[in-house]
Amino acid sequence: MAKLNVNGVVRAFEAEADTPLLWVIREQLALTGTKYGCGVAQCGACTVHIDGQPVRSCVYPASAVTPEQKIVTIEGLSSDGSHPIQKAWAALDVPQCGFCQSGMIMAAAALVRDKPQCTDADIDAAMTNICRCGTYNRVRKAIHVAVRGGDPAAAGLAIERIEGSKA
Amino acid sequence: MRIEWINHGTIASASASGVSRRGFMKAGAVAGGGLVLGFFMPGAGRWANAQQQAAKVYEPNAFLHIAPDNTVTVQVNRLEFGQGVQTSMPMLIAEELEADWSQVKGALAPAGDQYKDPAFGIQITGGSGSIAHSFTQYREIGAKARAMLIAAAAEQWKVPAEQIKTVKGTLIGPAGQKATYGAMADAAMKQPVPATVKLKDPKHFTLIGKPVKRLDARDKSTGKQQFGMDFKAPDSKVAVVARPPVFGAKVAKVDASKAKAIKGVIDVLEVKTDRGGSGVVVIADGYWPAKTGREALAIEWDTSAVDKVSSDKQLAEYKALSQKPGNPVRTADTSKLAGAAKKISAVYEFPYLAHAPMEPLNCVVDLRKDGCTVWAGSQFQTVDQGAIAATAGLKPEQVVLNTMMAGGGFGRRAVPTSDYLVEAVNIAKVWQAAGHKEPIKVVWSREDDIKGGYYRPSHVHRANIGLDAKGEIVGWDHVIVGQSITSGTPFEPMMVKNGVDATMVEGMGEPYEVPLNLSAHTVKANVPVLWWRSVGSTHTAFVMETLIDEAAHAAKMDPVAYRQKLMGEKATRHRAALDLAVAKSGYGKKALPKGQAYGVALHESFNTVVAYVVVASVKDGQPKLHKVTAGVHCNTAVNPLTIEAQIQGAALMGLGMTLPGAAITLKDGVVEQQNFSDYTVARITDMPKIDVHIVPSNDAPTGMGEPGLPPLAPAFANALFTLTGKRLRKLPFDLASA
Repeated sequence: MAKLNVNGVVRAFEAEADTPLLWVIREQLALTGTKYGCGVAQCGACTVHIDGQPVRSCVYPASAVTPEQKIVTIEGLSSDGSHPIQKAWAALDVPQCGFCQSGMIMAAAALVRDKPQCTDADIDAAMTNICRCGTYNRVRKAIHVAVRGGDPAAAGLAIERIEGSKA
Repeated sequence: MRIEWINHGTIASASASGVSRRGFMKAGAVAGGGLVLGFFMPGAGRWANAQQQAAKVYEPNAFLHIAPDNTVTVQVNRLEFGQGVQTSMPMLIAEELEADWSQVKGALAPAGDQYKDPAFGIQITGGSGSIAHSFTQYREIGAKARAMLIAAAAEQWKVPAEQIKTVKGTLIGPAGQKATYGAMADAAMKQPVPATVKLKDPKHFTLIGKPVKRLDARDKSTGKQQFGMDFKAPDSKVAVVARPPVFGAKVAKVDASKAKAIKGVIDVLEVKTDRGGSGVVVIADGYWPAKTGREALAIEWDTSAVDKVSSDKQLAEYKALSQKPGNPVRTADTSKLAGAAKKISAVYEFPYLAHAPMEPLNCVVDLRKDGCTVWAGSQFQTVDQGAIAATAGLKPEQVVLNTMMAGGGFGRRAVPTSDYLVEAVNIAKVWQAAGHKEPIKVVWSREDDIKGGYYRPSHVHRANIGLDAKGEIVGWDHVIVGQSITSGTPFEPMMVKNGVDATMVEGMGEPYEVPLNLSAHTVKANVPVLWWRSVGSTHTAFVMETLIDEAAHAAKMDPVAYRQKLMGEKATRHRAALDLAVAKSGYGKKALPKGQAYGVALHESFNTVVAYVVVASVKDGQPKLHKVTAGVHCNTAVNPLTIEAQIQGAALMGLGMTLPGAAITLKDGVVEQQNFSDYTVARITDMPKIDVHIVPSNDAPTGMGEPGLPPLAPAFANALFTLTGKRLRKLPFDLASA
């Protein structure tokens, strides 16, 4: 039985050597927050961290990860959704269908840790994940909010009232 | 304990507390015999005709649960796949119920007669109809529940009902008596459901019209949200299917020896596939062995009996056909065309498009002798439940179809043939015939999704427009060529008139007073087609709004002023949306940096008008969209925060249609694209800034899921004309060859 350190716990699994990390995480370890979207590292829905680096787990063989390497999935980013990126995400109502968001959040979490003053150009370079619902503008805004100290009120919501109404 | 507290009459069997999900379904099926939720909203939708039956008494069942801890659970009669109904529909009930919003939850209802769309008469998430069709329905449920709670409290406290107030999930009596809704729920359940109920005056709304955050945002930010793809029935096995390379083709010969040798592969079986074809299914312990098993199959296909479409040939045929008039849609005098002072002649080309929702299709089937349980992110529960039953040899009421949260859909999960569900049941059947028992989970790869058909149909439009010396349009002859979406489906009688599918021509002409002579050719092709977010308006809006823009330039008039002049007097909502977008954008007032230009378009779809003023430029030969200012007229804006998200999403999808590589093409019947690597979708770097402005209104809300898509591409094209002098008539855009 091979072993993986996922979210701080060493767990055993059984899979053929070519099995991508994604399917071990989802089907063997039952952590389904990490998503399958394309299988060819195009969309980023499967993004996890290996030793802090964002990795597209759909093309990363599980057998290439040693038990010493630390894998973090969306479930392990925080125990309670309190990571600044997760807080900003919920506060700014980023998700629509939500299927790409685990990968988006993992990519964003790595970005803001590495570049605490990240710019729009940094976001463009790091956030290559695909979203079909069109959450990109709120993704961008939430990252800016998170790097500014995580005060969602500072960002405001784009729509706060209806034109001309007193609502 | 869970209390299903609004319940009576024919569905009393479900009224016991602690009703199981399965009991729930039985109740729905019993109700199906004599109870139709014929809740009438005249003229509310495209399938309203299907409802030309006597309106029956509306009985609320299992839409609302109030638990002793005051938690309010609202059953949403729709699929949630990003559009926000799991929040906005509970808002409607909570508004009238005066519930404490912090205690309200939304749940996705399974297939059941009581959950049918009040206008369409089937359970569906489509036609941008969720809020538009259930606005009154859901508010009434909340109001009736509140009336029953008040009646129960009045009885207990021995005070007149009028003296009882409700505040945030609490009943308050005249002498300071207090009870939570949860505490009063049992007593309220014994009260009769009022036949009529007065709804709130909009000025007293506390939730409707406010930017309310999604109830699912947190679970979708922590990985907790379970989608269909994440669901696992006990002991279920994963199935991956090798489908024929040409639609409807069959397996001639298969060698499965290598696949069967892969560890984890349990069985390899031949199975019926869509359109009379056959394929080979590999069933394994997990997705990876199933997929590698499929790759190890050696299959010879028999494609002799099916047509093999090639896109280039099809385009040539469509263009040739467009030179002749088709079946008339609307007629107008074209006699002044020949002698017109100015003429516009244009041929437009639109490719097939895949929906490509982020969550690939999937479906879990547990087939038994006496019933079948299915878990799927279905947009089309009534149709799917019937198709599952027919395939399984069961009655619809023996099928439990659980609605799973879905990762997008855009129409792909509402298929009149129920293609992926029927296939899944067929797999379960051959699997059981081979001596197995476990439930089956069918998983589509992204390649399966891109190649799997049910595309937005390809189209050609040909337009000949004549203008007089003053710039008035004096003649407009127009022909559309394409496949019908609804032909051959149960929707054909409603949608196809005089040989023309309404979904092919919707959006043509309006809101302009123009002498449009329109006809259409319906072509049959061996490529399954389907509605794709905003359906016919995906192409008609592009054609209309770029042609009107071209006419404005021919008339040497400002495109906004020209549109205002050409709109009918009744087009007040169009004017308001356009005026708002123009006013907020700076159009006509604020000069843009060199190399940038404005573009304008507006379109009504699903009774909502969206006007866009965009700013674009061209860099290194590639069009770039910088900013979108939206004017939206959707009447009552139930949740402006959701509306903003829907506009952002629909605009991005509209932009996506223009990007190089946003096309599905076929060669000798085989789809040429396979994944996001060769089927382009928009990325964060494509996303413009989008400002959304909503026209205030208290009228009944209109659709919001789709109307943001149609005007985006034409507004972009119109800006690019200003920049380059080129009229883009082919999607995706190709400036170099325009």
